[in-house]
Amino acid sequence: MVPLSWYLALSAVLFTIGVVGVIIQRNIISLFMCIELMLNAVNLTLVAFSRFLGDVTGQLFVFIVMTVAAAEAAVGLAIIISLFRSRETINVDEADLLRL
Amino acid sequence: MLKWITLAPLIGALINGLFGKRLGEKVVGAIACLSVAVSAVLAFASFNQLTHASAGADGVRRVTDYFFTWISVGAFRADFAYLLDPLSGIYILFITGVGLLIHIYATGYMHGDPGYYRFFTYLNLFMFMMLTLVLADNLLLLFVGWEGVGLCSYLLIGYYIRKKEAGDAAKKAFIVNRIGDFGYMIAMFLVFTTFGTISFVDKPGAGGEIVRSFLVTAAAMPVEGLWVFGTMTAIALLLFVGATGKSAQIPLFVWLPDAMAGPTPVSALIHAATMVTAGVYLTARCSWVVTKSPTAMLVIAVIGAATAIFAATIGLAQNDIKKVLAYSTVSQLGYMFLACGVGAFTAGIFHVMTHAFFKALLFLGSGSVIHGMHEEQDIRKMGGLRKYMPITFATMFVGWLAISGFPLLSGFFSKDEILWRTFSTEALPPGVGNALWGLAALTALLTAIYMTRMMWLTFFGQERFGQARPGHSNDAHAEHTDADHAHAALGKPHESPAVMWIPLAILAVLSLIGGLVGVPAAMGGSNHFEHFLQPVIAEAQPFGHTTPVAHSVTRGEVGTPTIDGREAAASESHVAKSEEHHDTSTELGLTVLSVILGLLGIGIGIAVFSKKPLRKMPKTLEEKYYVDEIYEDAVIQPIEHLSRDGLWKVVDVKIIDGFVNGVARMFGDISGVLRYTQSGFARSYAAVILLGAIIVIGYFSYIALR
Repeated sequence: MVPLSWYLALSAVLFTIGVVGVIIQRNIISLFMCIELMLNAVNLTLVAFSRFLGDVTGQLFVFIVMTVAAAEAAVGLAIIISLFRSRETINVDEADLLRL
Repeated sequence: MLKWITLAPLIGALINGLFGKRLGEKVVGAIACLSVAVSAVLAFASFNQLTHASAGADGVRRVTDYFFTWISVGAFRADFAYLLDPLSGIYILFITGVGLLIHIYATGYMHGDPGYYRFFTYLNLFMFMMLTLVLADNLLLLFVGWEGVGLCSYLLIGYYIRKKEAGDAAKKAFIVNRIGDFGYMIAMFLVFTTFGTISFVDKPGAGGEIVRSFLVTAAAMPVEGLWVFGTMTAIALLLFVGATGKSAQIPLFVWLPDAMAGPTPVSALIHAATMVTAGVYLTARCSWVVTKSPTAMLVIAVIGAATAIFAATIGLAQNDIKKVLAYSTVSQLGYMFLACGVGAFTAGIFHVMTHAFFKALLFLGSGSVIHGMHEEQDIRKMGGLRKYMPITFATMFVGWLAISGFPLLSGFFSKDEILWRTFSTEALPPGVGNALWGLAALTALLTAIYMTRMMWLTFFGQERFGQARPGHSNDAHAEHTDADHAHAALGKPHESPAVMWIPLAILAVLSLIGGLVGVPAAMGGSNHFEHFLQPVIAEAQPFGHTTPVAHSVTRGEVGTPTIDGREAAASESHVAKSEEHHDTSTELGLTVLSVILGLLGIGIGIAVFSKKPLRKMPKTLEEKYYVDEIYEDAVIQPIEHLSRDGLWKVVDVKIIDGFVNGVARMFGDISGVLRYTQSGFARSYAAVILLGAIIVIGYFSYIALR
């Protein structure tokens, strides 16, 4: 049986890739996918603990995360589309209205 | 019923104020006069009710009318409630009576004025405020009326809104009065902290017990020594500061002559007959406090006498017919305060009433002259008018004799009463009364002289108005461009319409016989006036006696309503009265002397001014002793200098603005640094979040692993 630490290590790797991606990526689509990656890394952790501790609460929690992530994706994509319509770009650095 | 006396003019003011513009002159005038007429009828009915009312435990007849409790905080209570007693009774009679006549007169005088409805709105509002002032049953409600009449006075002095002079005069009146109001307010606070109430009548308190009126409590207090500045002296003097503002006494009299910039009916009603006597009313109303302080009595008497003679000398040299009357009013008000100061409050109130008759008459007469002369106010440009305006002349003739103290006319009785009471006063240090009598008698002489000068220059002698007049420089009706001024060019004076001379005639009759209600005992009269007022007015202490005549009431034993300071005071005063009878010969001698002085004044006036009517008067008098200039240099300039160079340029600009701007700059600087964090790059925000997360996780890891 695969030990818990492997799952946790994989999840940590995925999360780190996600974080780094959010910070270095300029393409808003990639950025968005990196956020999904971080969410799913957390999901993996939750499922792994649930399995090893024999408690289904963790799995239920994952469903909630996935539901919210779906909603977030819908809203996020809508924002991206309207951003593209108004600015003709998907580069986040160009969406800088708040800058002085 | 009392409330309708005041509410009728208020309703009139509301109707005229809201709809007057569309109603037209006739309706506006009718509403204004009708509302005051209703008020007058009710006032006379209430007065009748008062004379038939049974006297209270303290010997005072009262009719009260409770509206609602205005303010009730802790022990402090101020009702909106009216009190009719002999003092306020006399006031409402002449306020509504003279007020009605002046309203009727004004419908004629203001004919054709574009601000007709505005004028009557203010005038009705004034009636409401003035009646509230005299009917108020506590100091705070009195203050409402006090400020209200001040407001109306301001509005009406500045009635000719296109004239800068009128606006300036209005502001001057308002600001000078504000100085007096300051004294009034402090006095009111002192009364509350000292007595725990500001009511003129006994009221049920919060716990069902009776809270004694502060006047009753004061009646039982010991008299303070001369030059001892105790609470009573402080209250009395501060009330008098208020009175000097409203009633134009030295040093706050300067606004009244300027107030003549308003329309003449206003001068007659507000600045001669009613409002300016509010100070006398206040002093008489609080006589129970004032008599406890010989210091205050002395100050009031001296200021009164000084004002009387000061204003009379200025009146000698004025050329504007209304200015002569204005200084005359200041001078007569001085008499009234002199009376209060020597403890003859009833004589002061008597003079208030007779003065209301003859001075309203003289002012309305002067208005009629001004009207007939096509807005000419300079008596040097009149003369010989009795031919053209016989009715105005006849009525003003009566006023002239009345103010000069011609025997058996109204002014004679009241003025003589004041002179006699001043001479014989025991309330002031020995000798002071006689000295003040000297001043007052000299003032009587001067009064006769300047009134004769005014009458002579206006109605007798050569006609001086035919000569070329340089335009309408003195035009009081700047907005008055009516058709009846088309024949102004003809320059012929004309008699005023009936609506104007009928009030004059009625006032003339009142000036003739108005004094008969108070014929002193020495002349075989019974002095109804004094006996009627006696219960509400305190008897002055003979100078040097410090124990109160009223000894029975202390604040502890309020439960015994039958024994009362006032009653004790009244009964003792009756004893004192009966002892006074022996020296009627002195009183009659002084009366003869004052008659001689009055006639002498008229004689001097005629002798001097019939030969040379345009005689040059002393420059100092013509320039009013330069009081305005002195105030300008001594008060206004320093204040302006302090305000501009001290308060504005240093305190405001440097300190206050500096502080506010400093705070703003500080936040600006901090924000300038912080704004570098707001790069607008979403990814850098993400990095900051990450950094934060690492710090938080690191911190907890550190704690856990330690």
